[in-house]
Amino acid sequence: MSDTANQADAQIPVTVLTGYLGSGKTTLLNRILSEDHGRKYAVIVNEFGEIGIDNDLIVESDEEIYEMNNGCVCCTVRGDLVRVVEGLTRRKGRFDAIIIETTGLADPVPVAQTFFMDEDVRAKTKLDAVVALVDAKHLPLRLKDSREAEDQIAFADVVLLNKTDLVTPEQLAVVEATVRAINPTAVIHRTERAGIDLKRVLGQGAFDLKRVLDDDPDFLTGAEDAHDDHACGPDCDHDHHHHGHAHHGHDHHHHDAASPLHDVTVKSVSLRGGELDSEKFFSWIQALTQEQGPNILRLKGIIAFAGDPDRYVVQGVHMIVEGDHQRPWRDDEKHESRLVFIGRELDAEELSAEFEACAARQRENA
Amino acid sequence: MPSIAAYEFPDFVETAVFLKDQPVFAVADGTVRFPAGGERVVEAHPGGLLSARYDPYGLRLLTGGEDGRVVSVDGGGAAREIASIGRKWIASVAGGPKDTVGFASGKTAYVRLGGGALKEIRHERTVEDIAFAPKGIRAATARYDGASLFFPATDAAPAALEWKGAHLGIDFSPDGRFLITVMQENALHGWRIDDGKHMKMTGYPAKVKDWSWSAKGKFLATSGAPAAILWPFSGKDGPMGKAPLELGTRGDTMVTAVACHPAEDMLAIGYGDGMILAVRFADSKEALLRRGGASPVRTMAWSGEGRLLAFGSESGEAGVIDIAG
Repeated sequence: MSDTANQADAQIPVTVLTGYLGSGKTTLLNRILSEDHGRKYAVIVNEFGEIGIDNDLIVESDEEIYEMNNGCVCCTVRGDLVRVVEGLTRRKGRFDAIIIETTGLADPVPVAQTFFMDEDVRAKTKLDAVVALVDAKHLPLRLKDSREAEDQIAFADVVLLNKTDLVTPEQLAVVEATVRAINPTAVIHRTERAGIDLKRVLGQGAFDLKRVLDDDPDFLTGAEDAHDDHACGPDCDHDHHHHGHAHHGHDHHHHDAASPLHDVTVKSVSLRGGELDSEKFFSWIQALTQEQGPNILRLKGIIAFAGDPDRYVVQGVHMIVEGDHQRPWRDDEKHESRLVFIGRELDAEELSAEFEACAARQRENA
Repeated sequence: MPSIAAYEFPDFVETAVFLKDQPVFAVADGTVRFPAGGERVVEAHPGGLLSARYDPYGLRLLTGGEDGRVVSVDGGGAAREIASIGRKWIASVAGGPKDTVGFASGKTAYVRLGGGALKEIRHERTVEDIAFAPKGIRAATARYDGASLFFPATDAAPAALEWKGAHLGIDFSPDGRFLITVMQENALHGWRIDDGKHMKMTGYPAKVKDWSWSAKGKFLATSGAPAAILWPFSGKDGPMGKAPLELGTRGDTMVTAVACHPAEDMLAIGYGDGMILAVRFADSKEALLRRGGASPVRTMAWSGEGRLLAFGSESGEAGVIDIAG
């Protein structure tokens, strides 16, 4: 086996659990640590607190944000994670995966950026998914008094809408629509007492460019999980026909989601178009993330480049963007480019116009 | 070709040292191993070892573990607990003059003075590393946005040396004139202690993981590039305005460990592919000491008279090279 294959195999998956105090994180963590799944987890927590399991591999660490000294204000990493992950990963075979529990006040971005920006952490681990627990009853209040609650949802790959037994179906529908408006790409699961099949939380490969979006044919068209009951928000974009937005009565190629609850400052902009010109797209996305990186929490997309037989997938966190060819387009797939931004102060009209300017056919017409 | 006595340890080799001319290896599984002449194993930290550093004053190895303990191991293989602070990770350890031992965990630097008193110096940010000046009982800590200098025997507030960014490792020059840190960015930073004058040492393609002062402190050799980078420190301004020496340049891998010979102007260079070269400063002449191995070289140390080189790697491969063959 080659060195690179060895390295890829040896990369330890990392799951980040975010959520406010009382959202059910500790309940979920205790389940992960006690269920008989045959895997060993190292857990990095802010405080030993209420974790009921005695385990050598539970490490306490002070959340500590380090700004990188490169003039980029959003280039932050978590210094404690650099240190603890380096310490944990020196020893082989001690555990199969790492779980990082963050406090309710934690900014999820530096946590994720640590796994892109620190060369040692990046070599030895891979970010698997950011999982946010949301207390269905208290979310409206949380959104009122903290920006972190919103950021955690905006940043998540998987949202557990927990404590659903404490709200009415109507309240739940509003809360779910709010989550969906903040983050149109996350997979949402409704849970009581954080009761969920752990396979839906761990081993998600949400940051894996080869896997990301691949199992999700409905990406950007209402990214619900088919196994869950899903409540559509008033502005939910359920268009499974990939053509127009007939039932919304408008024909925009972008989707500028608004939350049914006020107090939400994060929004998403979903763009869809045909084949793109790769040169135009790359120069646009690079300039955009340089200029507007601080406002972009996450971006994800599947791009069809003219003359390219492969799907190109792209993802980003603030100013970090990475992309790769994923797999050939299947015969039955439409060569369509889809891109979603989640962030603040995003100008949907401008993004849409710039995205459309990357279209391949424009060059042919010119 | 020099001869190699090879060892295979079960885990990551954190630090190789010589104690009483015997090679000694601190392994991440918590053991300290004396493999020469029938292996002896000291169980220093049952939960795992995080840090280990040679104490040039006490001629011993100091180790810190996941068990919150600091242990010293002497040349006879005797282990002694220096301190125990509960369920915390000991991120760094250092030995100072007059039986002083420093260590760090979280936002606290601890200094155990020769008389046995344990001082706690709280910091606003995490203490990433600690080092002692060669004279007097003066310590320095690396932290976010700079370094702190203090006299642990007194209660005077630490003096701050500021430089934006995260500083992860720290050391004094052997003459005590300069204080150098390794940063989270691919760079070193330094201060002339007399006047706080800054020294920027940048341009590395990777993080600097290992460094070593050459005989008489003329150069500071560092890893973090395809060549070993040696900054000249003999002038009064340190390396400022001077180009570093580059030795042992490779095209296909990076330097991961360095160890300056104790007497000669010669450097042992360990690489990401396990190769080890010895390179002379004067003419860059290279001698192959080890062809390669299963993993990057993590640590190297010369014996006192400079004939033997001990090395350890990330996968547990280790050995002692006799350069006289």
